[in-house]
Amino acid sequence: MNTPPSLTHVELRAGAYADSVTLLQVSRTVQGLDGVLAAQVAMATALNIEVLTEMGFEVPAEATTNDMVVAIRLAEPDALASALAGVDQALRDATRRVDGPTEVAPPRTTSSALRRTPDAVALVSVPGANALVEAMDAVDAGRDVMVFSDNVPVEQEVALKRAAAERGVLVMGPDCGTAVVGGLGLGFANVVAPGPVGIVAASGTGCQQLLALLDHAGVGVSSALGVGGRDLSSEVRGASTREAMRRLDEDPAVDLIVVISKPPAADVATEIEAYAASLATPVEFALLGAGRPDLTAAAESVLRRLGRDVPAWPVEGTAAAPSGGTALRGLFVGGTLQSEAKLIAADALGADAGHTFIDFGDDAYTAGRAHPMIDPSLRLEHLARAAADPETAVVLLDVVLGHGAEADPTALLAPAIAAVDKPVVVAVVGTEGDPQGRARQVRTLAEAGAEVYLSNAGATRRAIELLGGTK
Amino acid sequence: MTTTPTAVANVGADLLADAVADQATPVTRVDWRPPMTGTEADLATVAADPLRRTANERALAAMLGVTATLVDVAPASELLGLEAGQFLHAGPPITWDRMSGPLKGALMGGAALEGLVADPEDAVAIFESGANVSFEPCHHRSAVGPMAGVVTPSMWMFVLEDATTGRRTYCSLNEGLGKVLRYGAYSSEVLTRLRWMRDVLGPLLQKAVRGSEPVDVTGILTQMLQMGDEAHNRNRAGTLMLLRDLSPAMVTSGMDSADVAETLRFIGGNDHFFLNLAMPACKLALDAARGIEGSTMVVAMARNGTDFGIQVAGTGDEWFTGPAQLADGLFLGNYGPDDANPDIGDSAITESAGIGGFAMATAPAIVRLVGGSVPDALATTRRMHEITLGENPRWSVPVLEFQGTPTGIDVSMVCRTGILPQINTGMAGRVAGVGQVGAGLVTPPAEIFPKALARLAELTRARA
Repeated sequence: MNTPPSLTHVELRAGAYADSVTLLQVSRTVQGLDGVLAAQVAMATALNIEVLTEMGFEVPAEATTNDMVVAIRLAEPDALASALAGVDQALRDATRRVDGPTEVAPPRTTSSALRRTPDAVALVSVPGANALVEAMDAVDAGRDVMVFSDNVPVEQEVALKRAAAERGVLVMGPDCGTAVVGGLGLGFANVVAPGPVGIVAASGTGCQQLLALLDHAGVGVSSALGVGGRDLSSEVRGASTREAMRRLDEDPAVDLIVVISKPPAADVATEIEAYAASLATPVEFALLGAGRPDLTAAAESVLRRLGRDVPAWPVEGTAAAPSGGTALRGLFVGGTLQSEAKLIAADALGADAGHTFIDFGDDAYTAGRAHPMIDPSLRLEHLARAAADPETAVVLLDVVLGHGAEADPTALLAPAIAAVDKPVVVAVVGTEGDPQGRARQVRTLAEAGAEVYLSNAGATRRAIELLGGTK
Repeated sequence: MTTTPTAVANVGADLLADAVADQATPVTRVDWRPPMTGTEADLATVAADPLRRTANERALAAMLGVTATLVDVAPASELLGLEAGQFLHAGPPITWDRMSGPLKGALMGGAALEGLVADPEDAVAIFESGANVSFEPCHHRSAVGPMAGVVTPSMWMFVLEDATTGRRTYCSLNEGLGKVLRYGAYSSEVLTRLRWMRDVLGPLLQKAVRGSEPVDVTGILTQMLQMGDEAHNRNRAGTLMLLRDLSPAMVTSGMDSADVAETLRFIGGNDHFFLNLAMPACKLALDAARGIEGSTMVVAMARNGTDFGIQVAGTGDEWFTGPAQLADGLFLGNYGPDDANPDIGDSAITESAGIGGFAMATAPAIVRLVGGSVPDALATTRRMHEITLGENPRWSVPVLEFQGTPTGIDVSMVCRTGILPQINTGMAGRVAGVGQVGAGLVTPPAEIFPKALARLAELTRARA
C-alpha cells in the first residue's frame, strides 16, 4: 500500500536570508493562502526551531542559523506547489521597492507651521473658540499674528495680548478684518502705494475707507495695522494699539500715525493719548461716533495735516429720481460703513424715522455662512425685497474691493441694481490697484443706474438728499 | 518695525491664504481640524496659562540636559530595599483582581523565584489572599520594567546615574525573547534562566561595570540611532556596543571562564539586551522634568496590561489612565490576534523620550511589523513632531537630514491634533504562562490626554 502523500512540508534553504520582520510578514501572507493550514518561514535560530517544533514541524537536525526554514501544513497535498509559489512571491514582495508618498504632510498646528517657516507672520481665521490656541502659538514663537476670527471671549483676548506684550509681539485682532503690513495685505486689504501715513485701526472697513480715500488723494500708506474692535476697551486697555503705534513710530517712512477707532473707554483714552504724546511721530486720532467727524472728514484732516490738498471725492453715474416711498434702506457689507451711514442719517433725519441699516457682516448674518464680502447672496436677496417694498424710497449700498473680497462683486450686483426702479446710491470702497479694479467696478454700477461714490459719507448724504431730507 | 513679511502661516480660511499667495508671498497652510471633543475650553485655559511657555521650555531643557551613565549592577533588595513579598510591576498601580494574564504569570514566576512557593501555580492563592504580598509600580521606585516589568528582591538591576545631580534610575536585566518572565511565562526553563541571571550574569556584570569606565548610555543611544536601532523594538547595535565596552572587564574579572563565555554568548545572542539600559536612561532624562508647575509635557507613558497611564510634568505623580489597546502587528507561529494581551510594559518610556516609535524613520525595518513601508516610517517620525515640544540635538535621524528626534510629548498638542503617540511594542500572550506571541505598533487610548488636560486646566484656574 502506498504511503499517503505528506501534508507537511519542511525545507531548508541554505544561504537564503531575510530579516525576522520580513519573514514574519511572509509567514503571515503564506498562512492566508488557499489550502494552507499553517506556515512558518523563518531563519533556523534556536528560538524559531522551538516555535516550529511546537507547531508540529520537524526541523532537520543539520539546520543552522544561516538556513531559512520553509514549513507548511497543507489542507490537501496538491496545494504544495501553489503554496511554495506563494512563499516565493511573498519573499519577492517583501523586498520590493515601494513607491509610497514621500511628500511631507502639511503642518497641523500654527506652532508646527512656524517651525517650518520661522520668518512667517501668522494669520488665524479658525472658529473663535479655537483662535486663542492657534494665536498663542505665534506669540510663543515670537511672531506677529493677525486674528481674523471673531467670537473670541474678551478674557482670552486680554490673556493673548498680555503674553504678546511680554514677547514684543503684535496681535492684530481678534475680529481684525484688514491689515497692510509693510505693503502686504492680510485679510480684506486694499492695494495702496507706500507712503508717509501709518494707520492703527480698530475697524476693518473704516481702515479700508481711509486707505481708499488717501489713495485717491495720492497719499500712500506704509502700513495699516489692525488691532481689533475691542482693543481700546477698558478690559483690553489698548495693548495692541500701543504696540502698533510703537512699530509705526520706529518706521522712518511714517510721518503721521492715524488711529481709527470708536472712542476709547475714558480711562484708556488718557493712557493712549499720553503714550501718543511720548512718540516722536505725530498721531492723529480719528475717533468715530455720534457728534464726531466721519471717516471722510478724518481723511481730509489727515491730508491737511500733511499739507496736501483735499481733492473732490469722485462721483459717477446718476441715481433715478425718487418715485414714492419714505424709507431709506441701507444694505451694507462693511460694519463701520453701516454705522457711519446710520449716524449721519440719524443726525439728519432723527434716529427713529423708519429707515433701516443692515450690516450683513454682523454675527447674526454670518453664523454658518461666509462673510458678505465673499458670499453676496444674502444681501442680494434683501436688495430684491427692498426694491419690491413700496415703503422703500432710496437704496444705499456699499461695495468693498481689495484682496480677499469677491473677485467681481458687480457681476451679480449690477444686474440686481438695474432691476430696481428706485434711486440706488453706492459707495465703492477700493483703489485702482485692487484686483477687481475700482474704475471698472464703478463703471458697471453706473451703467446699471447707480450713483457711485468713493466716500461712504458722501453716498449717505446723497441718499438723504434724494429722500428729500433736510441736508 | 513694519518690514514686509517674507512668509505667512495661514490657519483657517483658505481664501485668506489665496489672497496672500496672490501677492507673490509664500504661504504655509496649516491642515487645521477641530480638537478632540470637549477640549476647546481647557485648551484655551492652558494656552493662556502664564506659566506654560517657560515651564515647557524648562521641562524640555531639563530633560535634554541629562546624560545617563551605567554605574553599577546590584540586586533590587540592596538598591531599592525591596523585601520578600514586595513586587514591582509595569504601568500604573493595579490590584490582583484587575491584572491581565501576563502580569499575573510574571508575578507567579517571581514568587517561585523568591522561594515563596515551589510551584508558580501555588502563588495564585497567596496573591488572591493578599497576605504578606504587595504590588507597586516600578515608576514609584525610580525604576522601569519592560512588558510585565516584574521585579523581585533577588533580581539584579542596572543602575543609571545623572552625574550632575546624582539622581539614579533602575531596570532589571533582559532575559531575551520567547518564553520569558516579562511576557508572562513561568515554566521551569524561565525560572532556570532567571536563577542563572541571579547567580552568574548579575555578579559578573557588577564586576564588569565596576571594573570599567562608566558606560555613557546616552552616548550609545546617539550612535545606535545612526545604526538602524530605534531603541525599543530594535536594540541590536546598542547591545553590541555595550558588549564591546564591558567585555574586557568581564574577561579580566577573575570569574570562571566558562561563565564569562556563557555570559558573552547570552548578551550577544539577545538583541534586546540594551533595551533595559535605554529604558532607565529615558526615565532618568524624563524624571528631570517632573514637578514643573504649568508644564504640559508627558514625563511617562506606561501600561500594566489592563490600563494605559500617563504622567505629566505639571500634574505631579497623578496617573491619567484608560484601557490598554491591542497592538496591530505580526504574530509568532500559530498565534493570532485572539491570543494577544492588551498593551503592557514601561517600555513606552522610550517613546516618551522621543525614540522607539518616534524614531521610526531611523529604523525602517520596524514599520514592516504592520505591513508598512519606508515612507510610512519617515511619515511617522515627522508626524510625531506635530505633538512634541522640540527636538533632541544629540539623538538625530540621518535620513531626515539629521533632524533631532521629536521630543517632549505635549498633552495640548495631542488634544489639538488628535495625533496619538506611536509606540513600538512586543505582544504578550493573553493567558498567563504563554510568553511572547508577536510584536507590532500601538497607541495610547485617546481619552487619557483630555483627562490630563482637564487637570492641567483645573490647576491653571486654581492659580489664577
